[in-house]
Order: sequence, then C-alpha cells, then structure tokens
Amino acid sequence: MSADALAPVAGPQPDSTGHFGRFGGRFVPEALVAALDELDGAWRTAIADESFRAEFGALLRDYAGTPSLLYEARRFSAKVGARVLLKREDLNHTGAHKVRNVLGQALLTKRMGKTRVIAETGAGQHGVATATAAALFDLECVVYMGEVDTERQALNVARMRMLGATVVPVTTGSRTLKDAMNEAMRDWVANVDETHYLIGTAAGPHPFPAMVRDFVRGIGDEARQQCLDLTGGLPDAVTACVGGGSNALGIFHAFVGDPDVRLYGFEAGGDGVTTSRHAASITGGSAGVLHGARTYVLQDADGQTLESHSISAGLDYPGVGPEHAWLHDSGRANYLPVTDDEAMAAFELLCRTEGIIPAIESAHALAGTVTLAPKLAAELGREPTIVVNLSGRGDKDVHTAGDYFGILDKER
Amino acid sequence: MSRIGVAFDKARADGRALLVGCMPAGFPSVEGSIAAMTAMVEAGVDVIEVEIPYSDPVMDGPVIQKASDIALAGGVRTADTLRIVEAVAATGAPVVTMTYWNPIERYGVDVFARDLAAAGGTGLITPDLIPDEADEWLAASDAHGLDRTFLVSPSSTDARVAMTVEHCRGFVYATAVMGVTGARSRTSDAAPTLVSRVREFTDLPVGVGLGVGTGAQASTVAGYADGVIVGSALVRCLLDAPSEADGLAALRTLSAELAEGVRTPTR
Repeated sequence: MSADALAPVAGPQPDSTGHFGRFGGRFVPEALVAALDELDGAWRTAIADESFRAEFGALLRDYAGTPSLLYEARRFSAKVGARVLLKREDLNHTGAHKVRNVLGQALLTKRMGKTRVIAETGAGQHGVATATAAALFDLECVVYMGEVDTERQALNVARMRMLGATVVPVTTGSRTLKDAMNEAMRDWVANVDETHYLIGTAAGPHPFPAMVRDFVRGIGDEARQQCLDLTGGLPDAVTACVGGGSNALGIFHAFVGDPDVRLYGFEAGGDGVTTSRHAASITGGSAGVLHGARTYVLQDADGQTLESHSISAGLDYPGVGPEHAWLHDSGRANYLPVTDDEAMAAFELLCRTEGIIPAIESAHALAGTVTLAPKLAAELGREPTIVVNLSGRGDKDVHTAGDYFGILDKER
Repeated sequence: MSRIGVAFDKARADGRALLVGCMPAGFPSVEGSIAAMTAMVEAGVDVIEVEIPYSDPVMDGPVIQKASDIALAGGVRTADTLRIVEAVAATGAPVVTMTYWNPIERYGVDVFARDLAAAGGTGLITPDLIPDEADEWLAASDAHGLDRTFLVSPSSTDARVAMTVEHCRGFVYATAVMGVTGARSRTSDAAPTLVSRVREFTDLPVGVGLGVGTGAQASTVAGYADGVIVGSALVRCLLDAPSEADGLAALRTLSAELAEGVRTPTR
C-alpha cells in the first residue's frame, strides 16, 4: 500500500472557487478572504510537493498508527446478515479519524509560518486532536467550546488543558458547537496574521471542505485496497455516519468512481426527523448558508439556524459539509437518518458481539448498516459485503452510554 | 443617484461626514426599535442602518449579538424588518439594511429586493456576502434599483479592493480594524490607509465602521472618511439602561454627541 496519502487520485473536485454544484463557495467576511486565498495557495503547493507528502505520510504511519486495520467482524456479521468489514479508525492515536486532519493542517500551519491554531469543538474530540497536534508541533492552541459542552464533557476539557491548550467556554447563543464555531471565526478575523483556524470537519468556506476531505481520504484509499486484498473484490456498500461529514467523505472518496459500490451516509435522527429534535441536515433540513458555505442547514422559515439534537455530541450540528449536499443531490450517495435509540442498540450489539466499544457517532453507521443489510441481501440475492467506517472509539461516551442503559451505580 | 448618494454629496458640500447609526430590527421590540431609530434621526443621525437579526452573526461582537438574540427571542421576523424600514424611512432619513446572507436567501433574493424597495429601503450592506458569490443579488439589486454595499478590509489586496468597489453602489463600507463590531478605546490606524486605498479605485463615498463609539472618535474618522458608522455604542445605550425611557434618553445624548463629531472633522 502506498505511504503517500496525498498522491493524486481521480474523484470529485470542487470548481476553482470551491463550489460543488450549487453548494460550497465562500460566504465569509471580506476580512477572511486573504487568509483563505493564502491557505488555498499553501495547500495546492503542499500537495504538489513530495517532501510535504512524505512528511505527512510518515506522521500518519509513525505517529497516528495508520493504515488502520480492516477487520472482519464475524459475530456482528452473523447477527446482521451481511459480511461486515470494520475500518478501525478507532485504533488511531487519539481514538478517531480526526487525527489525520489535524496532522495535515498543523503541518500546513507550520509551512505558512503561523504560530497559533484555534479550533471549535463540540464533544471535545476535535479539540483534543488539535491540542495534540499543537503540542507535537509547538503551536499555541486555543479551543472554543460551548459552555454547555464544557460541562457535559469535563474530561475532554481537562485533556486539552493537559496538552497545553487554552479552552474558552462560549457563552453566546445556544452555547454549543455552532456558537463555538462563530466564536472561532471571530477570533480568526481578529488574529488572522499569525493564526490558522483548524476546522474540524469537511465544512466551512473553500478550501476547507476539499482540503479536509483530502487529508482524511486515506481512510477510503486504504479500505478499498484492504477489501480487495481480503475478499478479492470491492464491497457492495460503504457506510459511515455524517455530522459535518469528514469521516464519511474520507471513506467515500476512493469509491465514488466505483459505480457498483453503494455509498450510505447515516445522519443523526435524534428523536426522529419528524420531531424537532434531530441533527439530520440533509434528510430533515433545506439548502441555505451557514458557517461560510451553501449547504443543507436546519433552519426556520426566516433562515435562522435551528438548534440540533443528537445523543452523539459529535453529530450534534445543524449543518453538513457541502460535498455531501452535492453527493446527495447527484444521487451518488444515499443519506438516511438513524435515531438515538437505533444507534444505541447497534452500540450495544457491537460491544457484546465483538468486544469493541464504538463511538456513539460510529454507532449510527453500524445501526444504518443493520437496517441496510437485509434490504441489500434481498436486492442482490446473496449475502452483501459492507465496509463500515468505525470512525472513533467509545471511551469518551461511556458516561452517556451508561446513563442511557441505566448501568451506572448510584452516586456513592 | 440613490438617496444615500444625494445625502453623501450634501454632507461633502457642507464639509462634514455623514453619520450612519446601526440598530438591530426588533430590539428591544418592533415598536421599541422604531422609537429608537426615530430618536436617533431626531438627534442628528443622518442614515439609519437596520440590521436584520440573525442567529449566527459572525461579524458582530457581543453587544450586537446580545441585542439580536433579544430581538429573535421576541419573535421578530424578516417581514417585521421591512415594516421597521418603512416606518423609519417615513422620517425622511435614508434607511439602509444590513444583513447576513441566509435570511435573504430564505426569503427569496428577488422578492426581498422588491419588498425592500417598496418599503423605501435604499439597499443592503452584506457582511458575509462577497461579490464573488453575489450574482443573484447583483441582478436583483439592479432590477429593483437598490444600492449594494460590500465590505473592504485592511487585509484586502488591491485587486480585491478594485473588484469589490466596482460592484458597490451607494457607498463602500471600510472595516476599520481586523475584527468584529464593538466600540474600542482607540480608533484604528489601519482605517485611514484603507480609505485612501479605496479612493484610488472609486469616487464612491466611503463609510468607516467598527470601533467608533464617541464624539471624539467620530470627529477623527470624519477627518478622512465620508461616513462614520456607529453600532455597538448606540445599542449599548439601550442594553445598559434601567428602563426604555432612560435608554432612549441615553441614545439621544450619544447620537447628538456623534452628530457633533461628524460636523467637526479633525483634519
């Protein structure tokens, strides 16, 4: 397998100004345009530079522990009725696919001569990953986190501080991820000369969606080859959870050109997309502009952003990366909602059959796979092979899951 | 020429700058914001900038965000904004609307342009819409005879300043600092340079905003710009006041101080 995770490949690209069809683009204050142009230029130069690609490849291998395994989950498969192959991104350093993105952007930050990174975080996973990369690269790090989330995820706040980051609780608006993103944007506008905004997903203004996608697309490049090696063919379907959508794009990208491989993104359906409590921007939202790009957004009749809800903090966001909006409109990928209860049932099933505690985010991909498998089997007339992106590990979710299942001992 | 253009010309002839005062629509209520904006006009504010409140105002600091949150919590709708524009335009002062882009897309760009023109609004200031993404707005504003104010920033390259002002009509908004709205203790060093860079590419009037909150600062900015744009300091008068009447009194006092400032430019 190639160690060059950024080697040029075929696959969808935005136009020169960052549009995926009618989605994407740059809906930002003029003050940020120069920084976005600088980033775009640095990024284009870097991916054409073999020394950058070699450095990134070495970091992924020696520091992050990739390629991650593609593991055949036999007991889970037997319950589901499909041959399920898990892409074990949960085994990466820091416990999720996100390390690929932060290492890439931190390398780029150094290349641009900037000394400070800022990030937004919901559950704290991207904040921890950013703080990790900042420590490794000796960058100042400030993480914006909604005040509500700092209370829900106190352990991750401590983790970031241990790694040397400053965590700023955000008290504006709904005091969650979207407000943390607003605050990070404001910081960036004011400090753009020395600061890189290390966005945590394939969303935001151009070039972030395509750039982040490219930093994580090694997931799919690896999985495709691993599946060929293991099964002698391509999978019938590839599944992933979709919040902002970086893990899903990361695994989809390598398969977009394979017409027989179905792509499924599972959104956080919360209490159900027919209720007001969900985070399914594509299946339950409408086209609009949020955080720098045109995409699907949860919004009211006046275009005010609605609050999202999901049991998974990492999917609890009222927008989605613009490339997903475009893959949805083109019909190349399918997007379906998964409720909190369905996700938690799949969470428990993987724990009990495979001894793997998944992130609740990734449990949405597992739950969608459970529903998909019999339909696909009926359509194909045989047992389907499905690659699932197990994008993160569930250690961070033990408290939430313990609460959900009622298995925590009462306060002593 | 647009009504704002006429007002700028008159101010230029009088050797002073134009005072633009910003207030979120629906803050503290729909009627309350009409009263506040009317008081501002009576106290000497030349142009009223009605900001459509938005849930995620990334160019605004804490003061305007708080006022916007209060307006939204009070249930203000985009259509209410148009009603406010109409009421304030009846005072005779030009009324321009400031808005993040999503509420306009949601309303319908052409329909909004039609309704804004019908309400007597002069045009839009668009803090998160750059000309690169503005095809639909360029067409709608042409169709309905509205002004377009895009922002230029100290970080804008000459090429972007040239491109941006080419798409502006009415006036150009120069952001004085790299940052968000909010009164600051010092006025910006970057603003005079930015204004003179803008003047290399256009004869349009240039308004300077971000960080202006006192009569002395207004006087300083009036020394090099055609318009002085004040928001957070005015909004704070209402936010900090113990009652609506006290708020209006404070608003009149500050408006008069700023109006005096723009009439005595520091050269």
